[in-house]
Amino acid sequence: MSILILADHDDGQLAPATLNTVTAATQIGGDIHILVAGDSGGEVAKSAAAIAGVSKVLTADDAALAHGIAENVAPLMQSMASSYTHLMAPATTTGKNIMPRVAALLDVMQVSDIIKVESADSFQRPIYAGNAIATVTSNEAIKVVTVRSTAFEAAAAEGGSAAIESASGSADVGLSNYVKSELSSSERPELTSAPIVISGGRGMQDGANFAMLEKVADKLGAAVGASRAAVDAGFVPNDYQVGQTGKVVAPDLYVAVGISGAIQHLAGMKDSKVIVAINKDEEAPIFQVADFGLVADLFDAVPELETTLG
Amino acid sequence: MKVLVPVKRVIDYNVKVRVKADNTGVELANVKMAMNPFDEIAVEEALRLKESGGADEVVAVSIGPTQNQETIRTALAMGADRGIHIEAPHEIEPLAVAKLLKEVVAREEPGLVFVGKQAIDDDCNQTGQMLAALLGWAQGTFVSGIEIKGDSAAVIREVDGGLEHLEIRMPAVVTVDLRLNEPRYASLPNIMKAKKKPLDSMSAADLGVDIAPRLTITRVEEPPAREAGIKVCDVAELVDKLKNEAKVI
Repeated sequence: MSILILADHDDGQLAPATLNTVTAATQIGGDIHILVAGDSGGEVAKSAAAIAGVSKVLTADDAALAHGIAENVAPLMQSMASSYTHLMAPATTTGKNIMPRVAALLDVMQVSDIIKVESADSFQRPIYAGNAIATVTSNEAIKVVTVRSTAFEAAAAEGGSAAIESASGSADVGLSNYVKSELSSSERPELTSAPIVISGGRGMQDGANFAMLEKVADKLGAAVGASRAAVDAGFVPNDYQVGQTGKVVAPDLYVAVGISGAIQHLAGMKDSKVIVAINKDEEAPIFQVADFGLVADLFDAVPELETTLG
Repeated sequence: MKVLVPVKRVIDYNVKVRVKADNTGVELANVKMAMNPFDEIAVEEALRLKESGGADEVVAVSIGPTQNQETIRTALAMGADRGIHIEAPHEIEPLAVAKLLKEVVAREEPGLVFVGKQAIDDDCNQTGQMLAALLGWAQGTFVSGIEIKGDSAAVIREVDGGLEHLEIRMPAVVTVDLRLNEPRYASLPNIMKAKKKPLDSMSAADLGVDIAPRLTITRVEEPPAREAGIKVCDVAELVDKLKNEAKVI
């Protein structure tokens, strides 16, 4: 068995989800290589080479591969595929964008968003917003797999000493050009890997009211998230969204504030270890999954929570 | 320019799905079905493009059993001009769907394909990217904004860190995200009119595509149930429980 993992990175830093993907690969077994495709000048490759369990890092450094342009990265991965039994990537927006393109170029059906490795060719994955779990066996010669990072522990970021080799980069196929990014900047932890997440929903009524959640988040070292309703209403940017089609989180503590608990939202957070719900509607479905429910007006409870935390 | 919009028939997003007792799948019998919500957004965007003069025809295509014609009729009632139904099993995989759509593209020669970024049943998030790969076209995925500029399109993508702007060459496949638009409801007169709009039907075999599944679903089960917890009386009790019982803060 030999596995090639597409590193997720921003041409500066390796995304933590790559570490969880390495763990999933370790459970499959065999040689694990990481492909760093981009324009990062080698820094990302050094981080990748330090991950425990990785035996080789292949770098393709080319301006055309920067920003994870799928049309350029996919042919590169396709050209390397014949040496591998598995091609893997984290199920981040980068992995979700590129890997199906790779799979189709290889005439292979992808297994998306796995949450468990049963064997080298059999995996569990959620369907219907996580309301059912399917066990899927791939009969393909090359398995193309994306990995839900919250379902696997992160591999150790240090301790490995993989060899770094350069892979021949593919040329720009001239289909897509990167223009710019509008990224949310925050001092708080990243949503999908934060140990504590506090999310607001429609009940927040206004984007300005998220300042209340931010104050609590800062006391707890938490990330701030939101339900789709809050994002659709324009309270917060899209990258806050937790749910079936947003981000999936599984922190030690998830605090849902003013969130009713639609199944699409539950899909993104119900694997959290401890769930707290604060909602004035005691019939809200969120209470059915909450370990601790507080029926209260959030505009009273959240400031009080901040004060109580000291 | 012609716009092609693939639409999938799925269990309505409001329905709580039930796993079959024999663990072979989920219960589909007597369950309310509807158009995949992301595909509704794709239809809406195609219609808006037509209404603003950027497209002259919107063609909806659906792949699946005969009942998928209802989903096409929904797209026609929203305003699509005509429909194409490709008869296939309900459980067809994204790769096979992409191959069939490639054949439809070869026949119809659209300038743009709008498709939902994922279906809410299998949650695969693959079809658009695969179709773009098979066609050798550009792909704009998870798109929340689009502006056509002749032979290219400026797209805004919803990515993990925020938003990303790309310029993609046309023709292209664009997979749409939630914030692109709010789909219209079909009015009763338009529902009546839709019944008279043209709808072609063909089989996967007519298009010469092998749709045999590549994956085997060996088991489908309920996720582990979360036990309902307790209600606390006030914030002080909540903080106490989190500190001393759950030990998470």
